Formats: sequence, C-alpha cells, structure tokens
Amino acid sequence: MIAEAMAQEPGSELIAETHVPDAEHAGGFPPFDATTFESQIVWLVLSFLALYFLMSRVALPRIATVLEERRDRIADDLDQAAQFKRQTDEAIEAYEKALAEARAKAHEIAQETRDRLHEETERQRQAIEARLAEKISEAEKQIAATKDAALSNVRSVAVDVADTIVTQLLGEADPAAAERAVDTELK
Amino acid sequence: MATGAEQSGGGFPVDPLHQFVVQPLIPLNIGGLDASFTNASFWMVVTVVAVAAFTMLGMGKGSMVPGRMQSVVESFYTFIANMVRDNAGQDAMRFFPFIFSLFAFIFFANMIGMFPYAFTVTSHIVVTFVLAGTVFVGVTLTGFILHGAKFLKVFVPSGVPVALLPLVVAIEIISYFSRPISHSVRLFANMLAGHIMLKVFAGFVLTFMTMGVVGWAGMILPLFMIVCLTALEFLVAALQAYVFTILTCMYLHDALHPGH
Repeated sequence: MIAEAMAQEPGSELIAETHVPDAEHAGGFPPFDATTFESQIVWLVLSFLALYFLMSRVALPRIATVLEERRDRIADDLDQAAQFKRQTDEAIEAYEKALAEARAKAHEIAQETRDRLHEETERQRQAIEARLAEKISEAEKQIAATKDAALSNVRSVAVDVADTIVTQLLGEADPAAAERAVDTELK
Repeated sequence: MATGAEQSGGGFPVDPLHQFVVQPLIPLNIGGLDASFTNASFWMVVTVVAVAAFTMLGMGKGSMVPGRMQSVVESFYTFIANMVRDNAGQDAMRFFPFIFSLFAFIFFANMIGMFPYAFTVTSHIVVTFVLAGTVFVGVTLTGFILHGAKFLKVFVPSGVPVALLPLVVAIEIISYFSRPISHSVRLFANMLAGHIMLKVFAGFVLTFMTMGVVGWAGMILPLFMIVCLTALEFLVAALQAYVFTILTCMYLHDALHPGH
C-alpha cells in the first residue's frame, strides 16, 4: 500500500500546491468527469470490437473444435467399448452353448454305451442259459435212456437167472413162463 | 504523498479518488472526436491482450489430453457456455461469442484492476454504461427482429387480472428501461466502492505511520483490514463479472422467449 501511495506521486505535487486533494479533478469526481467520456467510449468500442473479433473468429472456434474432437473421441471409444463388450457377451454365450451341447452329448453317449453293454450282457447271458438248458435236457435224456437200458438189462438178467434156476431145479426150462414170472415180479 | 499531506496540515495522506483519474498519455483528435490514448485506453488494450493471450496461447497445441493451462481455458469456455445455455437457452448460443467476450473483458478488467498501479477500467460509469447499453439495445433489437410486435408481450405478464393490467404494464415498462441503468451502475459502483475502501484504509495506515511508535501499533488494524478487503475485492471482481454476464443472459432469454 505504501507502493500505491508512491504511485500517487505525480498528483501529489498538485495537491501540495493547492492544498485541496480534489482540486486536480476538474469535475470533482473522476468517474463523472464528462470530458473523459468521449475518449473512453472510443477506446472501449475499439478494444471491445477487437476482442470480439479475436474471440469469435480465432479463439472460440479453436476451443470449440478441441472440445468437440475430444467429445467425439470419447463417444467413439465408448461405442467401441460397448461393441467389444457385446462381442465378449456373444462369445461367452456361444461357449456356454457349446459346453451345454457337449455335456448333453457326453451324457447321451454314456447312456447309449451303458444300454448297449447291458443289452449285450443280457443277450450273452440268455445264450449261455439256453445252451446250459439244452445241455441239461440232453443229459437228462441220456440219464433216462441209461436208466431204461439198465432196467431192461435187469429184466433179461432176471429172466436168465430165473430160467437158469428153474432149469437147475426142474431140469427143464420154460423161458416164456420165466419171462412172465419176472414181468409179474417187476411190476 | 505523505509529505504533501503533512504540509497541507492534517489533510488525508492518500487521495482515494486519484486512482480513477483519466490522464491522456497521447492526445489524439480525429475529425473532432477526442480519441486520446489515456491510461484508461492503455488498460483496456492490456485487458484485450491478456484475454487474447489467455485464450490463444493458453490452448497451446489444442491437444486431446489438456495440460494445466489448456484445462483452465477450457473450463473458462465451458463455464460461460453452460451459463448461456442454462439461462438463455440453446438458441442463445449464437450470441455466445459476444457473451464470452463480455465476461472475459469485465473479468480480466476487474482482476487487472486489483494490481497496484493498475487502472480499473470498469470503475468508470461510462464504460459500464456503454457495455450495458449495448446489451440493452442488442437484446431489444433481437426481440423485435425475432418476434416483431409479439415481443411487446414481454411487458404483459401472463395470469394478471385485467384490472391490474395497466399498472403492471407500466411497472414492467419502467423496469425494462431501468435495466441498463441498474446493470451498469451495479458493476461500476461495486468496483469503485471497493477500490476507494482499499485506498481509505491504506490512508489510515499512512496516517498512523507518521505518529511514531504508538502509531506503528495502531496501524496493524487497518493493515489487517486491507488484507481482508483485498480478498473480498477479488471475490467482488469475479462475482460482478459473473452477475453482469448472467443478467445479460437473462435479458437475452426474455428477447428469445418473450412469452415468459
């Protein structure tokens, strides 16, 4: 503020001379001093017009361009990001679909294999059982035949024995009577 | 200065009005028109150069990712662009260069005026009145060009009882024509009063300084006041530029949409 006071130096001589601080301002109050209006208006109009043309022709369009470019760039980048996100989503969807398909297919194959094996086992089991049953019945038949054969041998042996015994006892043989007697006994 | 005051016998050591005196530096007279290059003219030119330097050099190369200075310029631009858009509507953006110039001019003039030795261009009623008058004439012309006679609706607020209408219209007309006066006096008076106050307190400091040791203690209070007032004046400088511009936007809004 001392510095500002020093700034008043040129005026101070006047004040010192007149001893009235305001005497140097003809109109008393400088902002209402009409003698300065004309030059102030002239220079205000000149400087403001210069400023207006500088701003409207040079400075502002340049700032606007920079701001617009940046806004476009940001919008572009956001668009691109959105597009990438969409692509990612699509890829994820496709992957999940493929995964589900694969899983279903695997399940199907497993089921099929299980069914096939089951079926084959069943078939083999049945074949073996059939073969076994056949063998059993064959064996049974053989047993029956052997039994029959044995029984018929028993009769002829019995007839022979009876015939021989009769021959030994009576000296004469009657095979027919012996056969009858054996048959009667065997019944 | 102080010596002069002492000689004058207890007069005020600092003339608080001296800072507003317009002194011709280069007397000029073009065709009867006084175009003297004065200290006021000089600081107007300084203001224009400062705004131009700020908006042009500040933008640098205009890079996609702004640096500090470029960010400041861009914020300044968007601040005013949003002010115009919010207060006067999107269709007022064609007047944006004018409103930007207006705000930048007043803001820089006010701020430059805060420097010691500098002259505050906006502390002269003739300057603020020419600016406010330009706005007034421009706004009125815009209203009539865009809306013709319908622009007169601006004087007839909707929803007023017919009986009251003559009175209301009279009041509206008076208030409309007093706009340039209040518009210009507000800025002028704020700048003037603030700068006078700073000088008055500076004067107190000088007065105390001449009173010896006691005075040295006494000058602390006005000195402290100067510090506070300086901060306040920076606020006023920015605020009055803002108020002047936002009022311009509102007047422009009336001209563009006269139906309220």
